[in-house]
Amino acid sequence: MRTPSLSALALALGGGLLAAPAFAGRLDLSVQIPQLDVAEYHRPYVAVWLEREDRSPVGTLAVWYQQPKKGDKPAGEGAAAMAGAGEGGSKWLPDLRQWWRRSGRDLSLPADGVSGATRPVGEHALSVVEGSAALAKLPAGNYKLLVEAAREEGGRELLELPFQWPAAAGQTLQAQGKSELGLVRLALSR
Amino acid sequence: MNLSLLRASLLLALSLPFAAQAHKAWLQPSKTVLSVNQWVTVDAASSTDPFVKDHNPQRLEPLRITAPDGSELAPENAHTGKLRSSFDLQLKQAGTYRIALVNNGLNASWEENGQRRMWPPRGQPFSAEGFAKEVPAQADKLKVVASQRRTETFVTAGKPSETALKPTGIGLELQPITGVNDLYADEPARFRFLLDGKPAAGLKVEVVADGVRYRDAVNEIEVRTGADGSFELRWPQPGLYWLSTAVEDQQVEAPATERRAVYSATLEVLSP
Repeated sequence: MRTPSLSALALALGGGLLAAPAFAGRLDLSVQIPQLDVAEYHRPYVAVWLEREDRSPVGTLAVWYQQPKKGDKPAGEGAAAMAGAGEGGSKWLPDLRQWWRRSGRDLSLPADGVSGATRPVGEHALSVVEGSAALAKLPAGNYKLLVEAAREEGGRELLELPFQWPAAAGQTLQAQGKSELGLVRLALSR
Repeated sequence: MNLSLLRASLLLALSLPFAAQAHKAWLQPSKTVLSVNQWVTVDAASSTDPFVKDHNPQRLEPLRITAPDGSELAPENAHTGKLRSSFDLQLKQAGTYRIALVNNGLNASWEENGQRRMWPPRGQPFSAEGFAKEVPAQADKLKVVASQRRTETFVTAGKPSETALKPTGIGLELQPITGVNDLYADEPARFRFLLDGKPAAGLKVEVVADGVRYRDAVNEIEVRTGADGSFELRWPQPGLYWLSTAVEDQQVEAPATERRAVYSATLEVLSP
């Protein structure tokens, strides 16, 4: 795997449009978590991952789920286990069922630079540079970026953004969620 | 005895072996796709409609739980009630677990002074000692049937694995081709039936979706295994499915003259 030099990375970060083919590409994603008028609201679990044309996973770019609380013991023993505590929220990860199947169940959590806490209502930006820990160098081909959200006492939604790599300069894709996700936008550059 | 009564009792006698099969044996797991360290709870019973608790519990003595590493696990909080047994299991290892009720034994029937006798009596377990003690070596109309019954389900923590699914080579077993805990309503699933570890061709496989109580027809799906023992299923909707097949043959050792192998499994199909 080729690691981009600092200057190349800075250039790619500063102006993807100017980046020469040898430079690392990047994916700039914006995920909107919608405001919902419900009696009992919990922040959704969200997973973002990349798949090849044959649905094999390239990898998970982000997963937001309830983090273990300080002092949580491993699940299994005593009253804490009975109350469902100490599971660090990982108990509900299979509810992101496509992600769990395609990528999540192979992932060891927490994963550096990938897993994090649930996010509040609003727009959340996520930038992934090719060749980083979250995303290895992408060979040319057809890919799909998937965003899946599942909410306790709520529903589940999956959005797909198919794209070709390498991308045309300044290409932007978007998909509009109907229930658990709002607008999802993906800007591709390399 | 008048003629119609005689006819009725004859009919009853003829239909008995089938009546005994009319109750479907099943295991019902709370979930089948989980993460490591989660608990599952499993109900075990038999009833006319799968997963409807209105007949008999399954005894838990024949319960065999195989962990992803191939070791045997003991259930927790095992309980047998009037209508169902239940037990809990914590999935401490990553991988696929095989949860099975395995009943292998001999059923004898004969006549003594014109009276029909059966051993073991209905609902009682088989034991080699009991058989030796209760069943005469020679008797009028003595018939000994080897019975191999396997009722099972599968649950997976994290990534599915195959060690626990290794065939034992005894009776009927289900071998997954597309997985046992990787089933989705929009994808056809493939399995293979094995009899004594070898592909079992031409078996009739019956599949019933959960929720019979809430529809007018059972809507069972029937498929046959091909020459290589394999078959394909297309799921009409997500949910729990009860799958079963049976075979009768003469592949047995004395004193048995016939063998009856029955297999049933509970599979969970997820929405895509």
